[in-house]
Formats: sequence, C-alpha cells, structure tokens
Amino acid sequence: MKEKTTKVQTHKIPFKVYMRNTWQLYLMLLIPIVYMLMFRYKPMIGGVIAFKKFNVFAGMWDSPWVGLANFKEAFGSKDFWNALKNTLILNVGDLIIGFPIPILIAVFLFEIRNLKIRKATQTILYLPNFLSWVIIAGIITQLFSTSGLVNDIIRKIGLHEINFLSNTFIWRFVYWFAGVWQSAGYSLIIYLAALSATDPSLGEAAYIDGATRLQRIAHVTIPQIRPTISIMLIMQLGKIVSIDFDRPYMMGNTLVKSASDVISTYVYSVGLQAGRFDFATAVGLFQSVVGIVMILSVNQISKKMGEEGIM
Amino acid sequence: MAELKSKSDRRFQLFWNTAFIIISIVALIPIVRVVSMSLSSKNAILGGKVFLYPIQFTTEAYVRAFYSGSFLSSFVYSIFLMLGSTAVCIVMTVAAAYPLSKKNLKGGAIIMTMFVLTMYLDPGIIPKYLNVKDFKMIDTVWALIIPEALSAYNMIIMCTAFKGLDSSLYEAAKIDGCNEIQTLFKVALPLVYPTLATLALFYAVGRWNRLSDVLYYVNSSKLYTVQMILKQLIESIKISQEEGVSSQLVADNIKSASIVISMTPMLVAYPFIQKYFTKGIMLGAVKG
Repeated sequence: MKEKTTKVQTHKIPFKVYMRNTWQLYLMLLIPIVYMLMFRYKPMIGGVIAFKKFNVFAGMWDSPWVGLANFKEAFGSKDFWNALKNTLILNVGDLIIGFPIPILIAVFLFEIRNLKIRKATQTILYLPNFLSWVIIAGIITQLFSTSGLVNDIIRKIGLHEINFLSNTFIWRFVYWFAGVWQSAGYSLIIYLAALSATDPSLGEAAYIDGATRLQRIAHVTIPQIRPTISIMLIMQLGKIVSIDFDRPYMMGNTLVKSASDVISTYVYSVGLQAGRFDFATAVGLFQSVVGIVMILSVNQISKKMGEEGIM
Repeated sequence: MAELKSKSDRRFQLFWNTAFIIISIVALIPIVRVVSMSLSSKNAILGGKVFLYPIQFTTEAYVRAFYSGSFLSSFVYSIFLMLGSTAVCIVMTVAAAYPLSKKNLKGGAIIMTMFVLTMYLDPGIIPKYLNVKDFKMIDTVWALIIPEALSAYNMIIMCTAFKGLDSSLYEAAKIDGCNEIQTLFKVALPLVYPTLATLALFYAVGRWNRLSDVLYYVNSSKLYTVQMILKQLIESIKISQEEGVSSQLVADNIKSASIVISMTPMLVAYPFIQKYFTKGIMLGAVKG
C-alpha cells in the first residue's frame, strides 16, 4: 500500500521539477560521496594485494597473483599466532574485568541519594576518557615502574617490589586496569542514563513485598537495563578480534613484547616498518573478515535469545 | 519511600558514599601524581621524596620542557591542526548528513547504506596507507586531516539531529523563498547547534589524541604532533626502565611537565565540554 502511494507521488513530480528543488542537495552530497568512494571503498579494493606478490614498482595491478600464499605464510608463522592469541587474551580480559565494573558502579551510584557525590564521581571517572593513550602510558609507566609510586608504597609496607612492567602476567593486569581507568566513565554515563529511564515504582513495589536492597538491584533494577547491557556486550564481543593500535602500542615495551604484540601492532611492524605490504594486508584482511563474521553472528545469536540486536 | 529513615539504609548510604569518594580519589591519583612530579625539583624526585604533592616547588620543568627541542612549535602546530581538521570534518559531516536527512531524497537510502557499511568494513592499515600514498599525501599535513575527515558514526548522529527538526520549519523556509543551502544555514544549522558542538568536540579530541596516523603517514619531524613528541619522550622512560639505568636522558620532572602540558587543552576544556559529550554519547546510544 505504502509503496503504491509513493509511486504515484513520484510520477506526479516531473524529474525536472524535482531536480530544480533538490539539485543543491545532490551538489552538497557530491563531496562526501566522492570522499567515501576514494577513502573508504577504494582501499577495500586495494585489499587485493593480500592475494598478490606486491611489487612497489609494478604497482597494485601489475604485481603477480599468488593466490592464498600470503595467508598460508601467515598461518604458518609463529608471530602471527602469537599476535592473534594476545589480541584475544587482552580483549577477553577487557571483557571480564572491564565490562562488569561500570555496570556495578552505575547501579550503586544510582542508589545513593547524595547528588553531589554522584555527580562528582561521574565527572572524575569520565575525565581519563579525554586523555590519549600516549599520555596514559606515560602516566602508568611512571606509576608502576620500579621507582614509581606503587612500588614506593609496596616497599614502605615492607614487601618486595613487583616488576609490573616487565612480567608479562602482571603487565596484562596493568593493561586491563589502565583500560578500566580510561573507559569506565564512558560506559558509566550510558548505564546511568539507562537507569534514569527505569520505573522507580517497580522497586518500591518490590520493597513493600519485602525484597532487600540487593534483591531489588538483582531482580528489579538490572533486568530493566538489560537491553542496554546486551547492546554493549554485543558491541564488545563483535570487536573481540580487532584491537585498537594506540593502546597496546603505547602500553607495551620490549620486555613484555611476547604479551603485547597484537594484530594491529604486528601489521604495523611487518607492513609499514619491514615493508611487507602484501603479507601484512593478508593479516589485516583476515582480521577484518573474522571481525565481520563475529559481529554478524553475535548479533544473530542475541536476537535469537530475545535480546535487541544492533542491526 | 519508608526505607529512607531505616537504619540499614543509612548504613548503606554511608558505606557507598565513602566508597565512591575513595574510588574518585584513587582515579585522580595518577593525574595528581604526574602534576606534582612536574612541579617538583629534580633532586626531590631522585631522592624519592615526592608523593602526591610537589616538593621543592619549581616551575623550571615547564620552562625547560617548552624550550627543549621542538615541543613549543609542535604544540602550536597541533592546536592549529586540531582546529583545521575539526573544521574539515564538520563541513564533510554536515554536507553528508543534511541531504541524507531528507526523507524524499531519491537514492538517499542507498547512499546512507554505503556510509553505514564503512563502519563495519575495515580495509586495514596497509591498504589505507597505500591509498594515502596514491594521493601523494604521505608526509604532508593532509595525511593527518583527510583520511579521518568523515566518520559515518558521527554523520548518522548529525543526520538524526536534522531529522528531529520540525518539517514545518523547512516548509516555511521554502515558502519564504529559501533554497536548500539557505535553509541549511539559516534554519537547520542554528537549531542543531548542540549536536554540531558535540561532534566538533568529538572530532577535536580525537585529532588531538590520535597517535597512529602520525606514526603511519608522517616521517618529517616538523609534522609531528604533541602526542608523537611525547611518545618519543615516554619511550626514553621505557628504555631507561628496561635497562635499569638510573641516569636518564630526560629528567622525570621534564617528562611529567610535558605530559601535563599535552593534557592541558583537554583538562581546561573538560568542564565545558563534559555536558556536550554526555549528550553526544547518548545520541549515539539511542541509535545503538
């Protein structure tokens, strides 16, 4: 029905008249469209060098095809599997440590009635979100180095100093908690907004029925913000194989290289630093494809489970 | 609620108020620490006397940080780069979002889908690098502006804002004889000002903080942003940490001062931009 009416309308307006009113809109769109094609879609075509033996002088099109050789080499390389493993470990840790913390903070922050403390906490926790990973890495290395504040305190209470930045196992926790420090405030704001849209009368009813505060949080409050939680979870799960460059690159150091080498930094060092464009493109392409598959499947699964999807 | 007066509630409130004060203080410690290091004398730091407030207060580190190498010129350059790049981003975003916000624009849906797809299809670092190279932008300032000039995510936020305007406003403008470009500047843009400001801030903060593209696309040091200069400084901390060398190339207080200087634009702007960002996050969250 709807289709029919629009069809009738478009037939009514002659093309010339339509364009007379809207040509300026198309003119405006021209620049972004050209930009999008040149800087978003053209590089996707450039991904074909993953299947070639790239020669800088011959260029992208004249370089010879090699089929899946670059992928085979990647799958046979220890460094690649190490980078993939580290990407997964660091992301899963972010999920386990970084995902629940803002939810907990939001839920309890929402329960307290002192608005000044609520507002101040929110403002302070959001602040690190504006700092670059270069700055955060600088601050963190100063704090956790052997001569840093944390080790000063540890020595003062009589314990032996800890090599936070050179032991791979402990370094990961520094990485994860730096992530919490940087990004918890962002998620916190989203959850607080979701909480302020909940219905307080439900909690009151549960209170009259004799539910304790923790029971109310677990059975009344959290179920109400479940759609938000599930969307945030889908987005994070969808990104489980992709990793930002600045954070691992800046947080890592040569002593923890075996734990801090991830796909993004591996592609950078193999591709841009060592100049193996074709091989690095193959690694990047693998990551992108797995990433898309992850997003689609997580979205699909969550829809099947009755949650809202992102698409 | 009756619960307000109960004893257990008072205990709950007291406990969580205290907890959140402690959490806030802990979250601030890293920043307080770096500021106090930057304002302490070199000897006080080497003697391990500095805790969370400056010892032997001096601003010498700031003077030296500013005069050491190219920090000052890089700072000024980064500010201009941030402003210029934000302007380009905003023009691109509005130019895409305004036409696409029109419901009856022919072909609009297809173009929108193409923009949305770019959020999920990542070409990867190397193809992007080769593309920038194709356009002869490597080692020019354009490489730091153009490749990130339009974020589909922000464009959708902008588009949603335009869609939220009352269509009768557009009709009134049309009857008054405005063409589309006049309508955009005289009617639409003044009304979506809060969203526009939010996005400008998203872009500005993103540009100020981003290191990766400087690392990928730029070789000559005159194009290094503050983040890049700072990265080199921090790497010298890391190296001295790894080798256990106590005599460092750059003193701790100067490094701290450099960190504080590069945080400053964000810290100064924070109280003003915080409300916009909060709004901006929610705009994005609504879209999911």
